[in-house]
Parts: sequence; structure tokens; C-alpha cells
Amino acid sequence: MSEKPDSKRRDFLQLSTISIGAVGTAAFIWPFLKSMNPAEDTLALGTTEVDISLIEEGQSITVKWRGKPVFIRKRTKDEIDEAKKVNIADLKDPEEDINRVKKDEWLVLVGVCTHLGCVPLGQKLTDSKGAYNGWYCPCHGSHYDTSGRIRKGPAPENLAVPPYSFLNDTTIKIG
Amino acid sequence: MSGNSEPRKYKNPVLNWIEFRLPIISYFQKEYGEYPMPKNCNYFWSFGALATITLITMIVSGIFLAMNYTPHTEMAFDSVERIMRDVNYGWLLRYIHSNGASFFFIIVFIHIVRAMYYGSYKYPRELNWILGVFIFLLMMATSFLGYTLPWGQMSYWGATVITNLFSAIPIVGEGLKTWLLGDYTVGNATLNRFFALHYVLPFVIFGVVGLHVAAVHVHGSNNPAGIDIRSKNDTVNFFPYMLIKDTIAVCVFGVLISAVIFFGPNLMAEVDNYIPADPLVTPAHIVPNWYLAPFYAILRAVPDKLGGVLLMFGAIAILFVLPWLDTSKVRSCNFRPMYKWFMMLFFVNFFVLGYVGMLPAEGLYLLIARIGLVYYFGFFLIITPFIGWIEKPKTLPLSISDVYLGGGKESPSPVSQKEIH
Repeated sequence: MSEKPDSKRRDFLQLSTISIGAVGTAAFIWPFLKSMNPAEDTLALGTTEVDISLIEEGQSITVKWRGKPVFIRKRTKDEIDEAKKVNIADLKDPEEDINRVKKDEWLVLVGVCTHLGCVPLGQKLTDSKGAYNGWYCPCHGSHYDTSGRIRKGPAPENLAVPPYSFLNDTTIKIG
Repeated sequence: MSGNSEPRKYKNPVLNWIEFRLPIISYFQKEYGEYPMPKNCNYFWSFGALATITLITMIVSGIFLAMNYTPHTEMAFDSVERIMRDVNYGWLLRYIHSNGASFFFIIVFIHIVRAMYYGSYKYPRELNWILGVFIFLLMMATSFLGYTLPWGQMSYWGATVITNLFSAIPIVGEGLKTWLLGDYTVGNATLNRFFALHYVLPFVIFGVVGLHVAAVHVHGSNNPAGIDIRSKNDTVNFFPYMLIKDTIAVCVFGVLISAVIFFGPNLMAEVDNYIPADPLVTPAHIVPNWYLAPFYAILRAVPDKLGGVLLMFGAIAILFVLPWLDTSKVRSCNFRPMYKWFMMLFFVNFFVLGYVGMLPAEGLYLLIARIGLVYYFGFFLIITPFIGWIEKPKTLPLSISDVYLGGGKESPSPVSQKEIH
């Protein structure tokens, strides 16, 4: 028997063994990694219905959605005007107010600072609302305006708007 | 470590029987009995032993705490309070464990300072240093995971802030964060996995410590003069000389840690962590554990989210390459007249970073953190290579014994001269 064909055969066997071993290992690891993602019951808690009939103009409420606080504010006329007249070219994360609300007076936001995840102040009447009359994150000093947009501080993005819809005039479904 | 073909003979037949089948007796005799230690090693060389003992104490106290702890968001806080109030000596176990973590870091910081000042990380101990940095990294991860378990306000928000660091990574960041948490926020899934990992990581640390010790025993310990062992005259056996010395260090350490455990058990703790976790209210001022504060200061000193995260992890990663950044062949800073002072300043700077890391990131504190950040990286990337090229080191002693005869420019202490005469 000559050397050459034999060593080719051996190379082929080695390579295919290694490949099958690698694929097998990856297939074995996948379920373990996947098990660490949110479970089905966690995903199932994805929607919350909120009654907003009792919120007066200028008031805010905080509800829990997917374990996170969601801010629902009934904005005053002044707050709406303030949010609309901002020149969006000046913003760190440029976004028109109109694209952040479904109805002008209702502002719905995920109340989690986009910097490192703290809950900004500004929900209670006694809270500091920051330099732009919206919300202020005490952890690392981010200021948000009356549309929940980042105006000053380390946060890279505006407060997120969760997916939501008006079921009727007095009920919002978040998620 | 090398396998001898001839098994050693012992008088005790049981030892002989074991040795013939598993040469573990001779291994311990070689590595912990006859192991030659440079005779000029000072008490800084006891901190490796102290760290090992603290690790064992942490594992033992942790196992007993776990017997009474419940990793569930509804019950975790109460189960810790039950340990404090109702479990027999539970308060002692918990205070040993929580203060033990702080002391573990104090010891390891001093151990690292020792390695840096006396150049222990240089040839041929680079891998030893890398394993050490790896242990340090594992320790930081373990302590962070453990701090989450009592499920107080600082636990919850500390975990939130740290896991949010990963969301700074472009594209995959948000998904990675959710994967790490097992939920959209820090929740029960997070607490469960943090407990599982906090339980297992110390055993991983224990394994890496084994490699770390095995690696240092290959070329032997460094010493304050930073020169190699030349003859048997330069060394003493580990047993009994260094064992006794380490034992004295352990006794002093025991007194200090007991003083804190019994008289100031919450000195190094954050009061806010005695408030149960509330996902809807962030404490006004989130403070990291003091031992993570220098790195937290670096994170906050950078005005950009991703930049801050990169520099914070970079501050640890840069330690891995220190052996290759240092261009000087002289190990000990005792013989490096210039680098010595930059090294001292580095230690002071690290301490200052830790101090401002616990204060609000604004005004003067932010400025100090930024200066500290520049010096931290400047020290490694510019000062360390540059000084190595321009510095003229002092004359090294010919051997470790020569140190006691006045060799080298380091003046020997009067006590050691007396010993020789």
C-alpha cells in the first residue's frame, strides 16, 4: 500500500470526525444557553391593561409592565406646547413629539433611564423634574423633557415608548 | 513536581502504602515542607497564604448560609433577616461572610501591590500573574453576584446598573442583557441564576488558585531583592520557618477581622441594603461595594456610555499584559529609583479613584475621577514602558545572602547585620 492515498484517507476521517464532534457539541450547548433566555411564563406576562379614567390633567401614574415601571402622564397644554416647539436638530436622540404619542395629552413611557437602568424622578408632584420639566435620573444626572426625550446627561437615548394601544377612551393596553 | 521513578521510603507503613500507589505524601513534603523560600521574604509574602485561608473561610461560611437562604424574590430578604435573628449563630455566619468578602479584597489588593512593587509578574512568572488577574476577575464577579442575594435596595439596583453595562454593546447588547437576566428586568430568574453561579464560582476560584500556586512553585517565590535564588544559602525551608511566619500573619489577621465582625460588622456595608428591593424606586445614590469602587469611578468618569464600559473593563484587562508593558529587566522597585515613585503614586491614585467612586459623580469629584483615570492608563501605557528605557537602576546584590552583607545599594537593617556577626 502506498503512503499517499492512505494519509489522504486519514485526513478526511480526522476532519469529518472533528466537524461532527464540533456540530454535536454546539447542538448540545444550544439548549443550555437557550434555557437562560426569558421563559414562556415570563413572556406570557407581556401585556397589562390600565384604567386611565381617574388621571387628572398634569398627573402621572406608574404601572408595572414586564417588571418595569411604565409612566402614564396626562400632559397639560403647556407641557404639550413645550414638547412640540423644541427644535429637534438640537436633540441628542432626535425625535418629533408627534411620533412619541398616540394622543397629544397621553404620554406613555418606560420609566427606565436609558443610561444604566435607574427609575427617573418626576412622577410625584414633589419630585425634581429636572432642568426640562420632565424627568430627572438621580443616579448619574440625566434630564428628560416633557416628551421623555434626553436633553442633558449621560443617557444615550430617549425614554422608550412601549408598544400600547387605546382599547377605548379610558383603557390602555400596554404590550 | 517532576515524577520521580523511585518512590520515597517512609517509616510509617501506612504512608509507604499510600506513597507507592499515589505519591501524594512526597508531593506535600516537597511543595510545602522542603520548598525553598528566599530567606529575605518579608510579611508581604504572607498574603498569598492569608488569601487562601480567607477563600476557604468564605466557602465554608457560604455553604452554611446557603442552608438557610431562599433564592426567591418574595423570600430572599426575609430569609436573610431570619438568618440574622433566628438561626443559631446565623448573625455570626453572615457577618463572617460579608466582612470576609471585604477582607478578601483587602488581602488580594495587598497581594497585587506586592507583586507589582517587587516585580513578581516578570519573567519567568508571567503566567502566574495572568492566573492571578484571572482569579481577581472571578472574585469581582463572585462578589457582585453574592451582593445581589440579600435582595435589598442596593442589591437590586446594583444588579440593574451592572447588567445594564452589557446593553452598551452595539447590536447584541440588549439581547445579551435579557439573556443574562432571563427576564426583561432583574427578577426571580436573575436571582436564581445569580445564586447558582455565586455558589459554584468559588470552587472555580479554588481550582485556579491551585494552578496559581503550582505555577509559582515551578520557579520559586520572588523576594524583596527581586533576584534569583543562586544557592541553598539563599533559602530556608517552607517548613517550619515560613509556616511559622505565615501563622503569625494569620493570627494578626484573625484579630483584625474579629474586631470588625464583633464591633463594627456594618462598617463596610451600605445602610440602604437593609431596605427590601423595590423595582419602582431607585435609591437617590447607588453605591458599589468599596472594592469595586475604583472601577465604578472609571465607568462614571467617561461621559459616553459605551466608552465608560469599555474603559472600565479595559482597566482590568490591561493588567493581563503588564508583564509585556514593563521594559525593565530589574524586578524589585527597591532598585528602581524612578519607577518606585510612579508605582507609589499609582497605588495612591487607585485609592483616590475608589474614594471618589463612592461619592456622587459631579463637580470636583468627577474632575478627580477623570484625572485618576488618565493616570491609571497613563501609568500602564506610557510611564511603565518609558521609565524602563530611560531609568538607570541601582546595583543589584550578587545574591540573596549578599543582601545581608550590604550588597547592592539597599542598606541592610541593623538587626540583620547583628544576625550575621
